[in-house]
Amino acid sequence: MRKTIIKQRKVMENNPGIDNSKCIIVRNVNKFFGSKHVLKEINWEIPHGRIYGLLGPSGCGKTTMVKIIAGILEATSGETYVLGQKMPKLSIMNKIGYMAQSDALYGSLTAKENLHFFGAIYGMSKAEIKNRTEEVMELVNLSADLYKPVQAFSGGMKRRLSLAMAIMHNPPVLVLDEPTVGIDPLLRKNIWEELDKLAKQGVTIIVTTHVMDEADKCHNIAMMRGGRLIAQGTSRELQDKIGVQSIEEAFIYYGGQQDES
Amino acid sequence: MRVRALALRILNQLRHDRRTLALMLLAPVFLLTLVYFILADTTPVINIAVVNAPAGFEDKLEEYNVRGQRYSKNEARLALERGEIIASIKIVGGKSFIEVDGSNPTKAKTALAALEQAKIDVFISRPDLRSEITYLYGKEDLPTFDNFGATLIGFIIFFFVFLVSGISFLQERTSGTLEKLLSTPIRRWEIVVGYVLGFGVFTILQAFLISWYCVYVLKVMMIGSFGLILLITLLTAIIALTLGILMSTLANNEFQMIQFIPLIIVPQIFFCGLFDLPADIEVIGNVMPLYYIADALTEVMIRGSGLGAIAWDLSIILVCSVLFMVLNTLLLKKYRRI
Ligand SMILES: Nc1ncnc2c1ncn2[C@@H]1O[C@H](COP(=O)(O)OP(=O)(O)O)[C@@H](O)[C@H]1O
Ligand SMILES: [Mg+2]
Repeated sequence: MRKTIIKQRKVMENNPGIDNSKCIIVRNVNKFFGSKHVLKEINWEIPHGRIYGLLGPSGCGKTTMVKIIAGILEATSGETYVLGQKMPKLSIMNKIGYMAQSDALYGSLTAKENLHFFGAIYGMSKAEIKNRTEEVMELVNLSADLYKPVQAFSGGMKRRLSLAMAIMHNPPVLVLDEPTVGIDPLLRKNIWEELDKLAKQGVTIIVTTHVMDEADKCHNIAMMRGGRLIAQGTSRELQDKIGVQSIEEAFIYYGGQQDES
Repeated sequence: MRVRALALRILNQLRHDRRTLALMLLAPVFLLTLVYFILADTTPVINIAVVNAPAGFEDKLEEYNVRGQRYSKNEARLALERGEIIASIKIVGGKSFIEVDGSNPTKAKTALAALEQAKIDVFISRPDLRSEITYLYGKEDLPTFDNFGATLIGFIIFFFVFLVSGISFLQERTSGTLEKLLSTPIRRWEIVVGYVLGFGVFTILQAFLISWYCVYVLKVMMIGSFGLILLITLLTAIIALTLGILMSTLANNEFQMIQFIPLIIVPQIFFCGLFDLPADIEVIGNVMPLYYIADALTEVMIRGSGLGAIAWDLSIILVCSVLFMVLNTLLLKKYRRI
């Protein structure tokens, strides 16, 4: 017990100047895959309890960025802090719910077995697992499919189950990589309402998307192109600043600026 | 506990996957039966001359499907030369002297097995005395045949566990679930141990079924302890499993996993003691797991040896398994450093 306290204090000392009002801090992050420069000098701060949209075209580096935040990948240079701790760190990974871009599910297992497995991996008790399974399946509208093997699911159903798995252990930080792809509009609306609810409870949520109109539903937006963050702010701010009426136009504007510089 | 959760998940996956289940449980039984019928001609009557043995010895032989009849020493030798009997036995002071016609290995093997069993039944207290066996026509060392049943059990378990566990771990990677798993606080070694435990539990079932089938249904020559056979087959499964997972990290898809069969599996068949190889080539077998597995199984099944005689083989298998597990844990660093 004593040991862990000392250890924690040490970490704090190691991370001086970390603004604890921010949930996630990304500092001067660069990522190379071989010689390919995928993330370029990213600086990004995310406050608690916000839905932060990471917007950008395919291949611009969104997935790479959120994987670094989730602790799956490591930056080539620069630092990432989540909840005041330098990533990657196993104890923090318990506090992050990660939903991958491609559904990572065990096809031969039922939805219930998938949820129970990850619940146990996150160290939840049997009773917690049971209660949460019902709750999250209700939330993503899959309660009737609890005992179906996942390989019999449609694409949208798999996406929803992936989301259920990400929020299963009540994490204070959610990292969702293109969560609404392949989900029909009505259900998509439900999901956004749920995310709103979670944010109100203080959950910090990162959502990546390449669909511009989804960006409006986020509290804040970070625009990304070619491995750089090109603009940050609320949707309104970003549009008003340059006097345009849609997020697309704003994206084109900021992207163009980037090309010139 | 995370290791337990992972092991349970693997068992659940196997339970749902009927084909793999059948592959792991029924295919070995099918293969063994096939080989059995190819190699064992339908042994008709096997006659044995009992020159000197305690009363009731013939009855015991009868229980093992061998007909024993009293012969004098000279009659026995004559009958053996004429091919009327397959073996003769003379027990003096607790030690047996067996003469056997080695020209028909199958019959010879059955006769020897029956004699050993009957001997054990009659002389409960003297299992330490080894029989002195003289082969009359055949060569004394008949590796291809005597070792076949024992080696085959080891090989079949090794082969199926290697393939199924390797492919299963590969799918964990290609389906993205490994990445999802690595986004949780699970440690790398917990993944490896979870896999070993999950498949380990399943292979206990498989090892039991295969060993039981060989020993009690096919009646492969077996004079050792069934418990030891189970222990060896279980360790076989564990080394096959850890090696399978290790190789799967070098494969990008299922087909590439299959490509390891001619590279990893087939050479082991040649070097595991089935074939008479020149000594300088034979040493290559020393680096192959199946060599030690086959040796241990042969010791127990054909020579009736105890744990002491196979301790060396078992420790090598165990050390290799642990080594592979450590390597697996290190190789997972490729996907997440911590
Ligand atoms: N493991 C990898 N090895 C090499 N290149 C990669 C790897 N992962 C991603 N990339 C490259 O990095 C770039 C950004 O990819 P990604 O982060 O997936 O973009 P996005 O999620 O925005 O579509 C792409 O050009 C992609 O090809
Ligand atoms: Mg992506």
